Amino acid sequence: MRKMLTIISNVLRGSASRNKCDLHKLEEGPPLQAMLSREEGLQYYRTMQTMRRMELKADQLYKQKIIRGFCHLYDGQEACAVGIEAGINLSDHLITAYRAHAYTLTRGGTVREIMAELTGRRGGIAKGKGGSMHMYTKNFYGGNGIVGAQVPLGAGVALACKYLGKNELCVCLYGDGAANQGQIFETYNMASLWKLPCIFICENNKYGMGTSVERAAASTDYYKRGDFIPGLRVDGMDILCVREATKFAAEHCRSGKGPILMELQTYRYHGHSMSDPGVSYRTREEIQEVRSKSDPISMLKDRMLSNNMASVEELKEIDVEVRKEIEDAAQFATTDPEPPLDDLCNHIFYNNPPMEVRGTNPWTKLKSVS
Amino acid sequence: MASLRCFLRSGKNAVSAVLRREFHRTSPAAVQVTVRDALNQAMDEELERDERVFLLGEEVAQYDGAYKISRGLWKKYGDKRIIDTPITEMGFAGIAVGAAMAGLRPICEFMTFNFSMQAIDQVINSAAKTYYMSAGLQPVPIVFRGPNGASAGVAAQHSQCFAAWYSHCPGLKVVSPWSAEDAKGLLKSAIRDDNPVVFLENELMYGVPFEMSEEAQSKDFIIPIGKAKIERQGNHVTLVSHSRMVSLCLDAAAVLAKEGIECEVINMRTIRPLDAEAIETSIMKTNHLITVEGGWPQFGVGAEILGRIMEGPAFNYLDAPAVRVTGVDIPMPYAKILEDNSIPQIKDIIFSVKKTLNV
Repeated sequence: MRKMLTIISNVLRGSASRNKCDLHKLEEGPPLQAMLSREEGLQYYRTMQTMRRMELKADQLYKQKIIRGFCHLYDGQEACAVGIEAGINLSDHLITAYRAHAYTLTRGGTVREIMAELTGRRGGIAKGKGGSMHMYTKNFYGGNGIVGAQVPLGAGVALACKYLGKNELCVCLYGDGAANQGQIFETYNMASLWKLPCIFICENNKYGMGTSVERAAASTDYYKRGDFIPGLRVDGMDILCVREATKFAAEHCRSGKGPILMELQTYRYHGHSMSDPGVSYRTREEIQEVRSKSDPISMLKDRMLSNNMASVEELKEIDVEVRKEIEDAAQFATTDPEPPLDDLCNHIFYNNPPMEVRGTNPWTKLKSVS
Repeated sequence: MASLRCFLRSGKNAVSAVLRREFHRTSPAAVQVTVRDALNQAMDEELERDERVFLLGEEVAQYDGAYKISRGLWKKYGDKRIIDTPITEMGFAGIAVGAAMAGLRPICEFMTFNFSMQAIDQVINSAAKTYYMSAGLQPVPIVFRGPNGASAGVAAQHSQCFAAWYSHCPGLKVVSPWSAEDAKGLLKSAIRDDNPVVFLENELMYGVPFEMSEEAQSKDFIIPIGKAKIERQGNHVTLVSHSRMVSLCLDAAAVLAKEGIECEVINMRTIRPLDAEAIETSIMKTNHLITVEGGWPQFGVGAEILGRIMEGPAFNYLDAPAVRVTGVDIPMPYAKILEDNSIPQIKDIIFSVKKTLNV
């Protein structure tokens, strides 16, 4: 059963409600109306809920010291990851920074292998050798730890798409903090010169670590920062806005017009990472307000319920299934053994004959295979 | 084609070859090829062989290359495969790495490796470490190439040797050719290698001609990465070097030979992985080791070789401490007299050999 829904754009922090998105060097933007089928709605709901519960479970495991090191959680931003994937194909390419667990999921990873990677076990998606920031799947290039470095990489992937002529594109994500990096402007220049099929997406969650956008950027209109690259800004908490904007951007790229820039206005409930409580630079009231008024999962749920596209029981059932999936994955992630020590030196080189690697002392020679 | 060349360049041999009607020539038809032309040939052949190979960098296309290494390639292969970039190293190095991740085989040229410092994060964190971090899911088949080390009169910011910095990092292969054959065979290997390779050329060597054997002229001629070559046999002392300093070692060896001192000169060819075995085998014969490099002494290539020899079986064969001949530990000055005294000269090698041999 398909229903026509009007997209309502909510701009955070108290501005007026708008039903169009902001455009830069574009005559027209994505459509203001979208079709949402029941199947799509349920699928989006399930995926977003899975992401949400997965991140909350990671929070729990981190506090139990079962996950260690860096852990950057995505809860609050689910509509971005799910909406973007809904606007492209799995044969397209995507790269992001370190807040990457959700994208690993949308790009084909399973909750089990994501969680086991966080806990550093051999069943992890990178066999425990990458950790939170270094997860990869087909056509998904991580998971990148150095702020901004993923943007030139993404343009390089787009160059390969154009070179190989398969009508694929690359979605290249970065945050409001990274948006000031010089290498991003270098990338805008080359992507535009060479008309690379690249969708640059700025996930603006208002804070680069502990620094608010006003304190970091002379211009917080991130969708305009591409200058000669056309841009649009949409509500990143509304999954349909994100999806339609992504479809619009993808069409722009695939028609050979070159890169395009999208700013998604979103919010993260957690701090920058697990070592940041997230309340020294923003108020609990602010976080609570977003949760109650703009939560992406609640918004989709309300929409579906008020349009009779699903029942409360149905959605509850999905919640139960998701909870179980996460519990099973967490169980696996905590019981799977750590990687074997003889995997230590493997995967240095690809397609290389086996070689010796020096251990911690001259008498220890370790084996390395591709 | 080869027999035509043979006919043109060695008439007498060609006539007899034709008379003998053999497919294999018995006389070697070596030609003189500069390092520049060898590099050009290597890239040309690999661009032809594999469509996924492409070259990007500043001035590589329409300018024919800042040092003319890519002369003629843009004319032959066009915009798609020979790409001029803006002066944005971090950006285009990252783009090259991304392209490698997505299935292409880029050659990323740095006009000199001094400029690679702007992009070093992409070389190390995005290229070198990715195969390991992904536990084998994501290879990065890329070559970073360009001139490295001291040139002539280009002063401090344009004269640094990066062999030690890049060779420090697991996940990279670091190659430093000396001769034209080295340049061609190693660059072809580097391009065919499925891993990130840092290819350190030398501007002062570009114009130097070397004899290139017939075998090396073939389109399938490759030199394996990771194997050193003994350029000169000797019994009294082992000189280990790479790139331009190999020439100086051979010159010093020629002078020393007149005094009855026979040096074994090893051309490293590859810095990482280091062919320690070749060096050890030589030391077991000569009992003396001197490393010669253009770079700075602290934490340099020579320092690593000496450390390995200390830790390995060859230590017991040393009759004197192993020593290093290196560039002077200063930023490179401009004035010629100062510059000349900032890098090893032949007399420095000779002096060090005599000190080591106590003669």
